[in-house]
Amino acid sequence: MSERTIDTVAAATPEKVARKIRGLSDRAIAWLFVGPTIFLLLAINIFPLIWTIQLSFTNYKANRVGREVKNIGLRNYERILTDSDIWLNMQATAHFLFWTIFFQVLIGFTLAWLINKKFKGNDLWTTVIVLPMMLSPAVVGNFWKFLYQPQIGLFNYIVSFFTGAEPSSFEMLGQVNLAPWSIVIVDTWMWTPFVMLICLAGLRSIPDYIYEAAEIDRASKLRQFFTITIPMVLPFLMLAVLFRGIENFKMFDLVVQLTGGGPGSTTELTSINLKREAFEKWRTGYASAYAIILFVTVFGLASIYVKALNKVKER
Amino acid sequence: MEHLKLAKAGALTVAMSTVAATAQADDLTLCWAAWDPANALVELSKDFEAKSGHTMNFEFVPWPNFADRMLNELNSGGKLCDLLIGDSQWIGGGAENGHYVKLNDFFDANGISMDDFAPATVYAYSTWPKGTPNYYALPAMGDANGWFYRKDWFERDDIKAAFKEATGRELAEPKSQKELLEIAQFFQEREIDGKTVYGAAIFTERGSEGITMGVTGALYPWGFKYENTPGKYDMEGAVNSPEAVEALEFYKEFYKTATPPGYTNSYMGESLDAFKSGQVAMAMNWFAFFPGLYADPNTGGDKIDFFVNPPQNQAGSTLGGQGISVVSYSDKQDAALEYIKWFADPEIQAKWWELGGYSAHNAVLNDPGFVDSQPFAGDFLEAMGAVQDFWQEPAYAELLLAMQKRIHDYVVADQGTAKEALDLLIEDWTEVFEDEGKL
Repeated sequence: MSERTIDTVAAATPEKVARKIRGLSDRAIAWLFVGPTIFLLLAINIFPLIWTIQLSFTNYKANRVGREVKNIGLRNYERILTDSDIWLNMQATAHFLFWTIFFQVLIGFTLAWLINKKFKGNDLWTTVIVLPMMLSPAVVGNFWKFLYQPQIGLFNYIVSFFTGAEPSSFEMLGQVNLAPWSIVIVDTWMWTPFVMLICLAGLRSIPDYIYEAAEIDRASKLRQFFTITIPMVLPFLMLAVLFRGIENFKMFDLVVQLTGGGPGSTTELTSINLKREAFEKWRTGYASAYAIILFVTVFGLASIYVKALNKVKER
Repeated sequence: MEHLKLAKAGALTVAMSTVAATAQADDLTLCWAAWDPANALVELSKDFEAKSGHTMNFEFVPWPNFADRMLNELNSGGKLCDLLIGDSQWIGGGAENGHYVKLNDFFDANGISMDDFAPATVYAYSTWPKGTPNYYALPAMGDANGWFYRKDWFERDDIKAAFKEATGRELAEPKSQKELLEIAQFFQEREIDGKTVYGAAIFTERGSEGITMGVTGALYPWGFKYENTPGKYDMEGAVNSPEAVEALEFYKEFYKTATPPGYTNSYMGESLDAFKSGQVAMAMNWFAFFPGLYADPNTGGDKIDFFVNPPQNQAGSTLGGQGISVVSYSDKQDAALEYIKWFADPEIQAKWWELGGYSAHNAVLNDPGFVDSQPFAGDFLEAMGAVQDFWQEPAYAELLLAMQKRIHDYVVADQGTAKEALDLLIEDWTEVFEDEGKL
């Protein structure tokens, strides 16, 4: 069958083209196919990366075309790593990352586990739960801004209903102690369905006969959960954590809409700070160094994590 | 036959010259912020279109994105804008980075004198280096930060009596910053017609320039200076002077005790909304919005009045407003300069004021009928006599964002003391000026 296809293709190839190809080695043909991709990769990924590294050692400012560009060595890196404000941004990012992933995994897995139980309206509930992640982050940001409004916001009224506190007595977006949690809540609301879907895929990939065998061995439900369900879903969970971790490390739009990085700099995540340095202050050299530091951090952490993920898969 | 040929050739020449004349008509694009005065300018520019044959297009960007969008355009050498009404702080960068066309020769050739415009506006909107006779813009829109209030509430007997009882003085437009705060605190969480109202809407926005424009409304009346000696960048003792510390503490107290809940990131739009929805007794905002506020059917007319930013140790208002510049990357500079010439005409300037724009032309401002022409005209004149602007350095964006951060950290996020915030601001600004080679 395949020989016939090959013959058909060969016969259909115009003689001129065939003559040219006939003289090419397999390696040359392979390069012919891979070449454009490599060129694109070099042009849009590798070249900008190298250029960014080069700029990070200069005082270059993109809005000052006529200004002399000086090589200042490691000065930008030194300034960034010794700047206490940047460490505060890193802390804000770490807080956001840790708690969003924690809640999304916890709630996402629980939802997936519940949805995985066969019940009436199962598909409808799955669709309803998945809705938030289909919305634009800008829409979600604006929408929650209204919900958090201390005078008319539904969120404050709900909290007030349960706690008895005055709705306007607290400001989710305006108080230093509450603002970091306000963005965690919104991101969790939006992206828990994504984690749920991945967990659901993991749960549905576990063959029923394993549970049947455990039943025969009289393993309790709790034991089945910890010795079958969790280990078999773990690679999926870790994948979800990786995706959400990378996504939230570069979180920008949602937080800008909600708090703009405030109050003060309480919710100014590194991506927001980097954008301000690069495109508002126009400190291109400095921002390049900042971007390289973030890139190395994410790349390093992701590499360690992927190795751990592979080990879990091998088990 | 020869005559016929000549007639044909003549007709052809006339036709060609007509075509040539038509080809000289350009499509000009004017870029500005999207706000009430921009609509007035569209209306005004119809006269230019009729007189010149050029077509005017407009690119209006909402304020929060205006600087980002336009500075990106200029930095990339974009040709979108032939004319740009750019913020006053951009003049240094516009001139030094070659974004704006220098207008001295054009002004001389066309009899446009900067002496015909209010000196404060020429200094702030047109000159670089500051105060030198090097002009990169024509003053287009005079503006300053002022105040407006619910006149109908201020005139109510029950409220007046309650105020007298609470403070021992009559309820009237404040004559000092401290009186302003006292009035705002009086209205804070007061029940008026069954509704809880608040003192005042002030600027607290973090992202662009909001809180800086708001806090300077307190700093300038207290006597804040950017430098001890102008042009020396010696900020220690000026930026963090005891007066500056007191003013900053005052602004924080204002924010904490006299603004509506949730006003942690508010600027022009939020201030207007708070006032129009009957939520606040007073609000700060740019004079540019005052014609629209006065015309508002619900809270305008007899219900509103205006006052200049009150003095404390001295008079002082935060400068707004813009000059109009010709973008150096434009291919239609001649037509753009024609627009500038037309706009500088005193008759056009008078019409500009009538339509809701704030002319900076002396012929308009010194007109005997000007003060009574609008309820806020006198306050505008008074404000423009005592305006101060932020740094107009080419690195103004870095300087501004540093101030946004330090002030917001202290006022809204409760971090540190006022003195610490201003000390840190000096450190940030020193770093910027060192990078610039000015220190």
